[in-house]
Amino acid sequence: MTFQPIKFYQTGTFTVGNRLLPPDTRTVQANVRRTNSLNSGHRACQGCGEALGARYAIDTAMDATGRQLIATNATGCLEVFSTPYPETSWQIPWIHSLFGNAAAVATGVAAAMRVKGRDAVRVIAQGGDGGTTDIGFGCLSGMFERNDDVLYICYDNNAYMNTGVQRSSATPPGARTATTAAVGKDPGNVFGQGKDVPAIAIAHGIPYVATATIADLHDLEAKVRRAMQVRGARYLHILVPCPLGWGHGPELSVTMARLAYQSGLFPVYEAEQGEVTSVAKIRHRVAVEAYLRPQKRFAHLFDPAPRPDVIAAIQAQADRNIRRYGLAGSES
Amino acid sequence: MLKQVEGSRAVAEAVALCRPEVICAYPISPQTHIVEALGERVKAGTLAPCEFINVESEFAAMSVAIGASAAGARAYTATASQGLLFMAEALFNASGLGLPIVMTVANRAIGAPINIWNDHTDSMSQRDCGWIQLFAEDNQEALDLHILAFRLAEELSLPVMVCMDGFILTHAVERVDMPSQAQVDAYLPRFEPRQVLDPADPVSIGAMVGPEAFMEVRYLAHVKQMQALELIPAWATEFHRTFGREAGGLVRTYRTADAETIVVALGSVLGTLKDTCDELREMGLRIGVVGVSCFRPWPAAAVAHALQRAHHVVVLEKSLAVGLGGIVSQNVRTSLSGRSASVNTVVAGLGGRPITRASLARMIVDADEGRLDPLTFLDLDRAAVGRVLAREREVRRSGPIAERMLLEVKR
Repeated sequence: MTFQPIKFYQTGTFTVGNRLLPPDTRTVQANVRRTNSLNSGHRACQGCGEALGARYAIDTAMDATGRQLIATNATGCLEVFSTPYPETSWQIPWIHSLFGNAAAVATGVAAAMRVKGRDAVRVIAQGGDGGTTDIGFGCLSGMFERNDDVLYICYDNNAYMNTGVQRSSATPPGARTATTAAVGKDPGNVFGQGKDVPAIAIAHGIPYVATATIADLHDLEAKVRRAMQVRGARYLHILVPCPLGWGHGPELSVTMARLAYQSGLFPVYEAEQGEVTSVAKIRHRVAVEAYLRPQKRFAHLFDPAPRPDVIAAIQAQADRNIRRYGLAGSES
Repeated sequence: MLKQVEGSRAVAEAVALCRPEVICAYPISPQTHIVEALGERVKAGTLAPCEFINVESEFAAMSVAIGASAAGARAYTATASQGLLFMAEALFNASGLGLPIVMTVANRAIGAPINIWNDHTDSMSQRDCGWIQLFAEDNQEALDLHILAFRLAEELSLPVMVCMDGFILTHAVERVDMPSQAQVDAYLPRFEPRQVLDPADPVSIGAMVGPEAFMEVRYLAHVKQMQALELIPAWATEFHRTFGREAGGLVRTYRTADAETIVVALGSVLGTLKDTCDELREMGLRIGVVGVSCFRPWPAAAVAHALQRAHHVVVLEKSLAVGLGGIVSQNVRTSLSGRSASVNTVVAGLGGRPITRASLARMIVDADEGRLDPLTFLDLDRAAVGRVLAREREVRRSGPIAERMLLEVKR
């Protein structure tokens, strides 16, 4: 039987259409034998982007490694909602130590596997943006610099959601959080330089760095699969919208992730050995307003006193990303 | 085999004989020579299989050890002073998870003011972190305790700190009797973890425990430490059978049988104390010395027994609980509750100040005659402190504390 090559936009939503694809290009998630490594029954909020991102990533890694996987986890939502003892949603060997040390604990696990000659067993470290870009940053950089055989996955939901939506260094400018209130002359988070951890990871010259969102399952799975083909330090930064913290409907999590990508605010790309090797071109570009408007954390930019200046500054950031990574143009 | 070797190198050799599988290293004086010597062995291939990982902080060092231990590898690291504090969060985590990591602490003062020399403030600050704490009196004991520590840690699934005085022991070249690989192999069984990260049998380690079981988990850690109080003396005897000398034990007594005044201390100062004790005995004073080898768990019964005939108990400590006085002496007092013996706290040797026999002898005579202050600071320049305080009363902006004190003590 022959197959007509399919472009994903022909399937309309990016997420359906597996039945139109040859079996070897279908997603792990579409397979009834997927491992459900982060099993159902956990206590994530309705519409949690992180739960989705973690299941997509870990199921794919399990598939790619023949189920030879150990994961470490920073303190945070993912850790808390998945494991209130004696219940655990993890179907894989999993350890939570502290907030700031997931990368270093993973280094230790990887060292133990190496010393025992168990090279087939692969190690993933996971953390939210707080555990990655802030408190765990030292351990993360150390793991990168040593090129330890660990895939670190950051599930970025733009703030400390587990403690009640406080600002992290991944919180976008203008966003309201519990510690960047929407009051005063410049409501919401400040416009700083930002901390672009994927770029910092690339600057370490590690073998593989990629960004992804929960809006494009095929892309996310391909990146996890690629990461597991490589040895050494690898970094995957996944944008995972948080209905609670962002203030959008739980049914909009995937949509918000897609809008972040389509607006240029979250560039999706991959890099190997310090060089960007591929980018996800934006097919239907949208203005940042389309992304900002559905989110209550940006509501103060629209009402009661509209802030076109702030929205323009955010648009300028998106435009800069599009120029920098060459995101304009049609999808190949 | 007898050899003349630096304390750090002796410890490194003993650790190597224990076949550690993952060693994480971050430099901090006075511990650094230990991991340097181990790194050299791994690099040369004489310690294999072993992963030697140069980490970016002590927090990472302990975290890597946590990961390695949870994945079933025998893990070791060493630190001191600020480094121990920097890993404090991970120390509680390692013990809470029940991971049998062994770590050397080359005891050193804590800043500010920054000071690299020996006292016990670092490990004392972590006395409640759930690690077993063993204190070495000399380099032979330091190396022996490491061999014991791995066995104890793995038997109880608890981490063990071996504390040895920075510089005084770590940098002293002394004769030691180094055991053979065969002896250590016979004494230290293979590491069989109680919990392990293994894809063949997935478990979740380190999940959240609520009020319904948290107390019980903490109590279990206490029970395990209490078990160490049984194991350590029994294993000291067994150690003697294998290696021909004692190691470990809870407390050591020296001339205490008829002693009226007994000095309690930890670590290398015990040597000076015993010499002073001999000197005072020649003058007819009935003095004895008790060395605490195991500080955590606190050997309450053994200390009480060792001090049962003393009228005066002097606790000589290289640490200060600011706002209270002694740390070890608080522990000693719990062993002596209901007893009439006086307990004096003598804070000495902070930041590496020499503890001389002359000063010790004067202090012990005072204690023996019942005229020692309950809280005494050995060889403290009170006049200098007085001048600094006087200046503070006169001048609001009196300046950096340490600088002023340095000027005043030199007057």
